[in-house]
Amino acid sequence: MTEVRTERSISVVVNGVPREATVPVRWLLSDALRHEFGLTGTHVGCEHGVCGSCTVLVDGQPTRSCLVLAVQVDGREVTTVEGLSRSDHQGGQVLHPIQEAFRECHALQCGFCTPGFLTTIAAGLDARDPSVEITEEEVDELVGGNLCRCTGYANIKKACRHAAATMRDEAAR
Amino acid sequence: MKPAPFGYVDPTSVDEVLDVLTSEGEGAKVLAGGQSLLPLLSMRLAAPTTLVDINRVPGLDQISAGRDGVRVGALVRHAQLLASSEAADVQPLLGRATANVAHPAIRNRGTTVGSIAHADPSGEMTAVLALTDGSVTVATPDGRETIGWGDFFLGPLETSVHGPAVVLDAFFPALPERSGTAFAEIARRKGDYAVCGAGVVVTLDADRRVSSARAAYLSVGLVPEVHDLTDAVVGQPVDTADWTAAGELARGLVDPDGDLHASADYRRLLVATLTARTLADAGAEAARRTA
Repeated sequence: MTEVRTERSISVVVNGVPREATVPVRWLLSDALRHEFGLTGTHVGCEHGVCGSCTVLVDGQPTRSCLVLAVQVDGREVTTVEGLSRSDHQGGQVLHPIQEAFRECHALQCGFCTPGFLTTIAAGLDARDPSVEITEEEVDELVGGNLCRCTGYANIKKACRHAAATMRDEAAR
Repeated sequence: MKPAPFGYVDPTSVDEVLDVLTSEGEGAKVLAGGQSLLPLLSMRLAAPTTLVDINRVPGLDQISAGRDGVRVGALVRHAQLLASSEAADVQPLLGRATANVAHPAIRNRGTTVGSIAHADPSGEMTAVLALTDGSVTVATPDGRETIGWGDFFLGPLETSVHGPAVVLDAFFPALPERSGTAFAEIARRKGDYAVCGAGVVVTLDADRRVSSARAAYLSVGLVPEVHDLTDAVVGQPVDTADWTAAGELARGLVDPDGDLHASADYRRLLVATLTARTLADAGAEAARRTA
């Protein structure tokens, strides 16, 4: 489109559901998710790309939702922390292994940063070969872009290893 | 904070991009990956009147690796370049430097050419463009021109490109024969802005003696700096070359500023240390490629 606009209509698939909205072009994706679509699981910390709390998946790729304009995801698929759970093939939903692992390993305290960690790590784990044991370097890379000021990361890294082990067992079955 | 109000347009061809940049005038700004631009908007350090989003222009997301070098289109994401074995085969610095660019989530969106056009002296790819003696292709309403890195970077966040113009690609010449590279940086947190970083190229002669040693630094000057350190090691056998002397030479050549993150003296120390360390790695690689 070559017309300069200050408001645009967008169509975006959010957590598998097609959504439409008319948004001011200066809205960040995080604004649209929270204020237009009511998905407040995406937390906004620094709002300039440093903290990683607002990370969502755009076409499956971890992306800072504060560093993308809402108009830029027109026609794309967005997955937020609310969309990480999966069908259990019996009509219900089960949490992603990393969500289970966060609970199991006590990988959160205040929880503010948690959605960003979950989306980033889930995408990273889903993209790797589950049969290969996860290395410390991989774990560092998975968590390195997100800030947590409570836990000291030890339990978050433990959760990464726990989830990777769960996914390895699931793949072996 | 939120960006100040602006107009938005997403043209679908380079000609349309140039048309809208021309009609919107001085206040228009090109948006590619946005990983540097959007923080500037949110912090209100920049307030363009119009954002011209080039993400829907087809054909700009290509990496073409040939014998002479690697051409990286304006919409190639850092992650795409990092994953390209063809690019790494022709110019290994591309993968090595890109691995140091921020975090995976930023690399998925940020573009290599965008970070060059942003001209941040702490950027990895600006240093690699300089070290490889690369250039950029710029489209203006008058046509396309190639601008060498030395004429492109004028200062922090400032390039020689003004008026309606968009950078279409960056060209990184191939690594010469009998050469090796290395890249390293020191940051307070992995993926953060480097306090200091160095990329180096070492070239040997047929007798495995050092014939050239060059280094580029980030976060030490106002623009990417390339220094020729050959004098410190020229003619020395690669296995016993005095890389520490080359590091000391580099320490005397740079003139960094101090800031909150590091004093000028500390940056000079890092230059010496990173230079010696990376040259040793690059020398070893050059030796393997010469054997």
